[in-house]
Amino acid sequence: MLVSRNGRGDSLTLEGRVLAPTQGIDEFLKLSIEEGLITRIEPTGSSRAVIAPAFLDPHVHLRTPGREDEETIRSGTEAAAAGGYCAILTMPNTDPVVDTAAVLRALVERAREEAVVPTGFMAAISKGQRGEELTEMAELAAAGASAFTDDGLPVVSAGLMRRALQYSGLTGLPLALHCEEPELSRDGHAHEGVVSAELGLGPYPSAAESVMVERDVALAGLEEHHIHLMHLSARESVDVLRRALESGAEVSAEVTPHHLCRTDEAVRSLDPNVKMNPPLRSEDDRLALLEALRHGAIGAVATDHAPHARQEKDVPFEEAPFGVIGLETAFSALYTHLVLPGALPLETLLERISSPSISMPSGG
Amino acid sequence: MSELRPPAPPRRHLLSVRDLSRDDVERILDTARAMAGSLDREVKKLPTLRGRTVVNLFYEASTRTLASFELAAKRLSADTMSLRAAGSSVDKGESLKDTALTLAAYDPDVIVVRHPAIGAPQLVARHTEAHVINAGDGKHQHPTQALLDLHTMAERLGRLEGLHVAIVGDILHSRVARSLVQALGLVGGRTTLVGPPTLLPRGIEALGCDVSTDIDVIADADVIYVLRMQRERMAPGSSFVPSLREYAALYGITPERVRPGQVVMHPGPMNRGIEIDPRVADSGAALVTHQVRSGLVVRMAVLYDLLTVPSPVPVEVAVRMEAA
Repeated sequence: MLVSRNGRGDSLTLEGRVLAPTQGIDEFLKLSIEEGLITRIEPTGSSRAVIAPAFLDPHVHLRTPGREDEETIRSGTEAAAAGGYCAILTMPNTDPVVDTAAVLRALVERAREEAVVPTGFMAAISKGQRGEELTEMAELAAAGASAFTDDGLPVVSAGLMRRALQYSGLTGLPLALHCEEPELSRDGHAHEGVVSAELGLGPYPSAAESVMVERDVALAGLEEHHIHLMHLSARESVDVLRRALESGAEVSAEVTPHHLCRTDEAVRSLDPNVKMNPPLRSEDDRLALLEALRHGAIGAVATDHAPHARQEKDVPFEEAPFGVIGLETAFSALYTHLVLPGALPLETLLERISSPSISMPSGG
Repeated sequence: MSELRPPAPPRRHLLSVRDLSRDDVERILDTARAMAGSLDREVKKLPTLRGRTVVNLFYEASTRTLASFELAAKRLSADTMSLRAAGSSVDKGESLKDTALTLAAYDPDVIVVRHPAIGAPQLVARHTEAHVINAGDGKHQHPTQALLDLHTMAERLGRLEGLHVAIVGDILHSRVARSLVQALGLVGGRTTLVGPPTLLPRGIEALGCDVSTDIDVIADADVIYVLRMQRERMAPGSSFVPSLREYAALYGITPERVRPGQVVMHPGPMNRGIEIDPRVADSGAALVTHQVRSGLVVRMAVLYDLLTVPSPVPVEVAVRMEAA
């Protein structure tokens, strides 16, 4: 279920190269739009402007409820609109956690007042995201949850993960997974490699992600349930994903603009804005992610838009929280760093950045 | 008419050995030698930095670094002020940024920062107009320690070019090791890092050093540089080594492991009986007190160097002028 305020009925005319790769459209057209609907389509001459479907972001932190000083539904969805997004899915790691229908319904109500783009809400897998007991998934699904995730935290217990895969089958909704083995990432502040070794930053190895991807893919195969792997960062994880897809598993995956555009070399600046979880990794990892995005193993671009209060980031790198914003700049960053140098075709970018690779049922 | 003023030269900091070139290192070491000469005089104070203010901002325990920065600034006639986190507004929850801004309001020329978090000196440099010296930020860097170690080696061994230094112990948690490897690389020395596999960070060889888990490789070195086991940076149960007893047996520097002609250095404080045998620590091969003395003159040299940019006056001239 996606929720927003009633939109304005814009009337306008657009002219340019209409590029909608999923519908197989690539033509120069003039579109007349009235009351938000396309009313006329005419051929037109060549133009440098591109008209594309608006973007979908399956991974956004709106910090509401609890940290409205960092982001509200209004400010976050305005950022989404500014970045070209027409729908977003938000994460439940708020305060309180979105782990009951009551919290979810209150959010849906608030979104009806505030959201300027359609917004869907994921609910937690475990109560309080403590990784101990399952949430009331059926009731949460009935209240409009889009998927289940404990994002921000992994589901550490393999037993609970298996139960979650089994039980969420009742709802038909996927599990979106933040894959991190906390014993391997403990005290980690940067990708384990040359840069973390030189700077002395606690290492967060690729294996902390990939061993959990491996476990969750195995369990999802066992339970034949759809899982969505969030913000993949390591080549090893991509390898696991490929093998899973080849064996016919129902696995989807996403990658962030920052993992596609930057590497841990950026961490040399010790700028807290390049600190996020999972961390920026090596050039080899970046290339593996890009390759997987090009060929579709990774089907979606997700920003993992994670705003923090200014004072919380204006601290020494090692003390800074993980997370970076991305809604306003995702497309421009990817276009500048990948499309312009020829590393990613525009058509592929548009397809991946507007891909409903995880459930985005219409309605609301 | 401020728009007509030429742009101010970029402020120089000493945040990392990476900020330095070979020329910088050699110039600072030359200055330190000249400063050492001034210490032999009856009146040890130089008027060089009269009217300048040096603030020491220490968020982490320190004996020799804080003492030597304070004394170095005083020997150069600067006004000094030392703040420790305990007993200051930090106890009331003040952020590093606000503490830095508060100190900056007194227009200090230099802020010397020690902090347990990597990136703290960079933050102070971003938010103040002072020259910032990193006196140790977590596991990252401690550049003046590396410079004083080079000074000690140059004085005692007569050269740095081609010098082979084996750094033994807890490399993973050591800002001293990271700084020293880079500094030795700048002046033509070479380094072998030796320790148990769990305390050798992956990827560290990219700094241009050799890495070994075999203590016997230290026989080939001119200098055995012993690191402290940093138990305070190891989370309980993290199992970097099964026991200090086993560590001492495998990597402790005993008299049997020191070959005649080798010198032994340690940044302090020492854990006698763990990483270094007391018989070695007290022997003529150990340069630990030389290192402390070098700390004073090298920190005088660094303060002098940072405050005489962009074109440092040759120090012989400065010392002569002041003696007159």
